Amino acid sequence: MTLLADVVRWFADPAHYHGSDAVQTRILEHVEVSGLAVLVGVLIALPVGMYLGHTGRFGFVAVNVANIGRAIPSLAAIALAIPIAGTLLGVANGLGFWPTFLALVPLAIPPVLTNAYVAVRGVDSDVTEAARGMGLGEAGILRVIEVPLALPLILAGIRTAAVNVVATATLGALVAFGGLGRYIVDGLALQEYDRLFAGALLVALLAIAVEVAFGTFERAAVSPGIRVQQGAL
Amino acid sequence: MRCGPEGVPQLKRAIRVAIPFIVAALVASACGGAGTGGTKPAVTIGSTNFSEQLVLGELYSQILEANGYTVTRKFNLGAREIVFPALQSGQIDMEADYLATLLAFVDKTATGSTDPKQTLVTLQKALTSKGVTVLDYAPAVDQNGFVVTKATADRLKLVKLSDLAPVGNQLVLGGPAECPNREFCALGLKTKYGITFKDFKALDTGGPLTVQALVGGQIDVGLLFTSDATIAVRGFVLLDDDKQLQLSDNIAPVVRNDYLTKAGDDFKKIINSIAPKLTTAELTGMNKLVEVDKQDPKDVAKAWLKKQGLIK
Repeated sequence: MTLLADVVRWFADPAHYHGSDAVQTRILEHVEVSGLAVLVGVLIALPVGMYLGHTGRFGFVAVNVANIGRAIPSLAAIALAIPIAGTLLGVANGLGFWPTFLALVPLAIPPVLTNAYVAVRGVDSDVTEAARGMGLGEAGILRVIEVPLALPLILAGIRTAAVNVVATATLGALVAFGGLGRYIVDGLALQEYDRLFAGALLVALLAIAVEVAFGTFERAAVSPGIRVQQGAL
Repeated sequence: MRCGPEGVPQLKRAIRVAIPFIVAALVASACGGAGTGGTKPAVTIGSTNFSEQLVLGELYSQILEANGYTVTRKFNLGAREIVFPALQSGQIDMEADYLATLLAFVDKTATGSTDPKQTLVTLQKALTSKGVTVLDYAPAVDQNGFVVTKATADRLKLVKLSDLAPVGNQLVLGGPAECPNREFCALGLKTKYGITFKDFKALDTGGPLTVQALVGGQIDVGLLFTSDATIAVRGFVLLDDDKQLQLSDNIAPVVRNDYLTKAGDDFKKIINSIAPKLTTAELTGMNKLVEVDKQDPKDVAKAWLKKQGLIK
C-alpha cells in the first residue's frame, strides 16, 4: 500500500512536470515514435496484404515472412538497430529516436499484413464474381467491394499493431531514447519503485487509450450494412 | 500399433542402461560435495554492469577456480543498488567494489578521503553492521571521469572541471541513470563546482552508449571511468578534477562475513594475492583489450593472471 501512496505522491509532485523528464514530454515522445512506427508499418504492410489477399497468391509466404518480425525479440531488434541506424543515418542518429523507430516498424507489420491478407481473401467470392461480371475492373473490385467488406478486420490489425508498438516503445529507453520507458529503466537503476510503477502505469493507460480510440474509429468508419451483418454472424 | 509390443521392453532397456550412469553421477556429486564442503565452500561472485567489472569478476573467479573452488558467476546484475543488497542477502558471496563510492553508498553521511587507507577504515566501520568485510584494496583506482570531445574542449577552452561552471548551462551531461542523485556525479558537480547543466541524458554506466552519444553530439559532457581505454583511443579530453570531487576509489573485493568465516584464511590469501599486482595501468590495459579490441573478459583475465604468475 505504501508503494501505491508513493506513486500517487509521485504524480502529485510538480517537479515531474518540468524539463526534459516531464511527464507530458515523455508521453509526447512515446506517442511520436509509436505513431510514426505504426504509420510506416501500415504503409508497408497494408498495400502488400491487400494486394496478396486480392490475387490470393503468395499469401502464405508473405504472412510467414512478416511473422519473423514477431519472432525476433524486441530487445534484440532494438540493440541491432543501433549500428544499423548509425550506418544508415550517420553516427549522430545511432542513438535515441532512430534505433527505437527502426526496431518498432517490424513489430507493426505482421498484424497489419496478416489481417489485411486474411480479410481481403475472405471476402465472399460470389460478390467479387458478380462485380467482375458487371464489368468492374480489378482495382475497382478491391476499392469498392473488398476493402469496405474487409475494413473491420483490417482496422483490427492496425489496432493490434498500435497497442503492441506502444507497449514495446518502452524499450527505447535502453538506447538513450526518451519516452515513458525512461521512467521504468531509470526507476529500476535508482531503485525508485514509485517512478518505475508510475512509468508502467502511464504506458498501460496509453495502450488502453489507443485501444479505445481505435475502437471508436472502427465503429465510425465501418459501413452500417456490414455492422449489421457482423452482428448477425 | 507399431510401437505397442516392443515399446515397453525398449523403455525398460533404456532405464537399465541409464542406471549405472545415474548412480555414477550421484556418487560423483556426493564426493564433490564432501570435497568442497570442508575447506573450500562453493562461492558465488557477482558484479555490476560494466566491462571492467566483468574483468574483475573473472580475475577473482578464475584464481579461485585454479585453487579448487567451485565458482558460480552472477555478473552484470545491474548498478550497485542491486548488487550490494544481493551481497548482503546472500544471493552473492563476493563482489569487487570501489572504496569511496561504496562508502558513500552504504553511509550517506560519511565522507571518504583522498587517502585510500583512511577511506578503508571508515568503510570497514560502516560495513561491519552489514556483515560485510573489505579485503585488501589494489593500487588500481577507477574514478568517475568527465570527458568532452576534443572539439568541445577547444571550442570552450576546457581543461579542468571548474572550467565547466560558466558554460555548463549550454551543455548536456550524459551518464548512468543514477548520476543526478550521486555525490560523485551530477550532484557533486553542482554542489562542489557549481555546475548546472542544461539537461541530463540517461545512457549507460561508462559504456558504449555514452561514447556514441559523445561522438554523435547528443551529449557534450560524458561520464566515463578514468581507467577506460576508450578515452585515449577516441581522443576525448578528460577534465581534471581540480577540486577533488572524486575520492580514493581503489578497487577492493568485498565479501560477506558468513562466507569468509566458512572459507577461512586460505580464501583470503588467494584473493589478496591479486591486489598488489593490480595497478591502474594494468587495469586500463585489460579494459582496452575488452572494450576496444573486443576480447572476451574471460580470456583477458586468464592471460593476465598467468602473466602475473598468479595461476599456472
